[in-house]
Amino acid sequence: MGERTVIPFGPHHPVLPEPLHFDLVLEDEVVVEAIPQLGFVHRGLEKLVAKKDYMQFVLVCERICGICAFGHSLGYSETIEALMKIEVPIRAQYLRVIWHELSRVHSHLLWLGLLADAFGFENLFMQCWRLREEVLDIFEETTGGRVILTACNVGGVEQDIEDSELKAIVQRLEKMAVEYKGLLKVFLKDRSVKNRLVGVGYLSKEDAAKFSTVGPFARASGLQEDLRMLGFGGYGELKDFQPVTSDGGDGYARSEVRALEVFQSIDIIRELVAKIPEGPYTQKVKGSPEAGSYAVGHLEQPRGECFYLAKGNGTKFLERFRIRTPTSQNVAGMAHIMQGCDLADVPINILTIDPCISCTER
Amino acid sequence: MSSTIKSPWLIHYDASSCNGCDIEVLACLTPMYDLERFGIINTGNPKHADVFLVTGSVNERNIKVVQQIYNQMLEPKVVIACGICACTGGIFKECYNTLGGADVAIPVDVYAPGCAIRPEGIIDAVVMGLGVLEEKRKALAAGELVSDPLPDDLSAAKKSVGGKTVRESSFFETLQKEDSDAA
Repeated sequence: MGERTVIPFGPHHPVLPEPLHFDLVLEDEVVVEAIPQLGFVHRGLEKLVAKKDYMQFVLVCERICGICAFGHSLGYSETIEALMKIEVPIRAQYLRVIWHELSRVHSHLLWLGLLADAFGFENLFMQCWRLREEVLDIFEETTGGRVILTACNVGGVEQDIEDSELKAIVQRLEKMAVEYKGLLKVFLKDRSVKNRLVGVGYLSKEDAAKFSTVGPFARASGLQEDLRMLGFGGYGELKDFQPVTSDGGDGYARSEVRALEVFQSIDIIRELVAKIPEGPYTQKVKGSPEAGSYAVGHLEQPRGECFYLAKGNGTKFLERFRIRTPTSQNVAGMAHIMQGCDLADVPINILTIDPCISCTER
Repeated sequence: MSSTIKSPWLIHYDASSCNGCDIEVLACLTPMYDLERFGIINTGNPKHADVFLVTGSVNERNIKVVQQIYNQMLEPKVVIACGICACTGGIFKECYNTLGGADVAIPVDVYAPGCAIRPEGIIDAVVMGLGVLEEKRKALAAGELVSDPLPDDLSAAKKSVGGKTVRESSFFETLQKEDSDAA
C-alpha cells in the first residue's frame, strides 16, 4: 500500500464535454475516494420565474440542457397544464411523445459516441455521430431547430407534423436502425470494447436502490424503474411497455441498456404514428395560475426520472419552480462506483452514468 | 499564408453553456461537417491549441478556469465566443450567477451568436478567426505583439459586468494604445 495522493480531475478535461471536477484520492493507481465538486455551470435559472412569465419560461426551461432540451420543455408544460387544469389535445400528446422519443434516440447515440471516444475508439465515435445527424435532420425539418427545438408550449405543440411526413420519419428511422445494428455488433460483441467495459464500475442492485439511482443507470443494475410505465401523456396510449433492463450492473450493461433503448424508442414512434388521431394540435391558454396552487410533474428523460414542481401566486409569474434532474440523483452512485477503480478507468466510470452537468447545476 | 492557419488546433471549454452549443461544436468535428478538412483538430491541451472556443456565459466559479486556459495558450491565439450566451450572456443574462459573456473574462476576437449556434455558423466563425490568427502571427513576427497574461486579480474583469462591452480591453486596442504611448 502506497501513500495517498490527491489528483484533481477536471474541470477542463479532454474526456468531458462539460466541466466537472473531482478530487481523486489515490493509493498508488487505485482510487480510494472520489469527491465531486460542482458549480461550474450554475446559472440560477430557477429564479428567472420571477422575471419571465409562465408562457415565456418554457423557452428558459428548454435551455436547461441542450441534449434533453425537448424533454425539459415537455416536463415544464405538463406541470403548468396540471397547475392550471388545461386539457391538452390528444394529437398534441402524441406529437410530444414522438419528439421526446426522437430526442432519446439522439441523446443515446450521442452518448454511445462519447463513450467510444472515451475508450479511444475514434472511428466508432464518428459513426455514432454520423447516424445521429439523421435524427437532427428530422428535427430540423419538423421544427426548424437542431438541438433547441422550441416545439412544445403550454397547451400543446407549436406546429403539426403531417401524416405523410410522420410515415416518412418512420421509414427513415427504420433505415437508420439497419445501419445502427451494424454498429451495435461492435459495441456489444467486439472483444476490445468488452475489455474496457465488462466488470468496470460495478453497482449491485441493492446499492442502486440505496443510492436512489434513476434511469438507465438503475435499469442496468436490474431495477425495473421507468416512468414511462406510468403512462403519463401520450405514453398511456401504448399497447404494452416494458423497460429495457439488464442484471450486469457494470459499464457494459449500462451501454447495452442504452443501446437497446434506441430500438424501443423507434418501436414507440412506429406504434404512435400508426394510430395518431386527427384534430387540433394546440389549445389557447388564458388566465394565470391561482394563488396557492401547486403541481408536480414527472418525466422519463433519456437520463432518468425528472421531477418538476411549480407553485402559482395568482399573477402571470410563478411563485416557485423547482426541478430535480436525473444526474443529481446519480452523482452519489457515480462517486460510489469510482471507489476501488483504476485511475485509467475513471473517465469510463464517469461517462457510463451519462452525466448531464448542465441539467444538474442549472 | 503560413503553416499556422493551414492547421489550427482548437480547444473547447464549456463555461456555463446548456450543452446545446457544445454538442454543435463536437458535431462540427464529426463526418457531417468535418472541420478536419481544414486541418482543424480538437485538442484538450491548451499549449497545443491556437483557437479557443468558449461556449456559455461566465460565472464567478468558472471565470478563473477560462482565464487559466487562455493564459496557458501560446501566441498567436484567437478566441471565439460561440453562441449568444458566450457573446452577451443571452437568455441567462438576468440570472444571479451570470457575470456576462466570455469577454468579461478574456479578450474575444470573433463573436458568433445563435441559440444554439449552428455548425455552419461555427465553421464561419473559425474561418473568420483564422484571418485574425494570421494578422497576429504577422504582428508577432514583426515583434509588435508580446504575450501579456491577464492579471491575477479579477478586479479589472469584474468592472465590466454592468453590460459594458469589453472591447476596450481587446488585444488590438491595447496594442494601439501602446503604439500611441510610444509615439
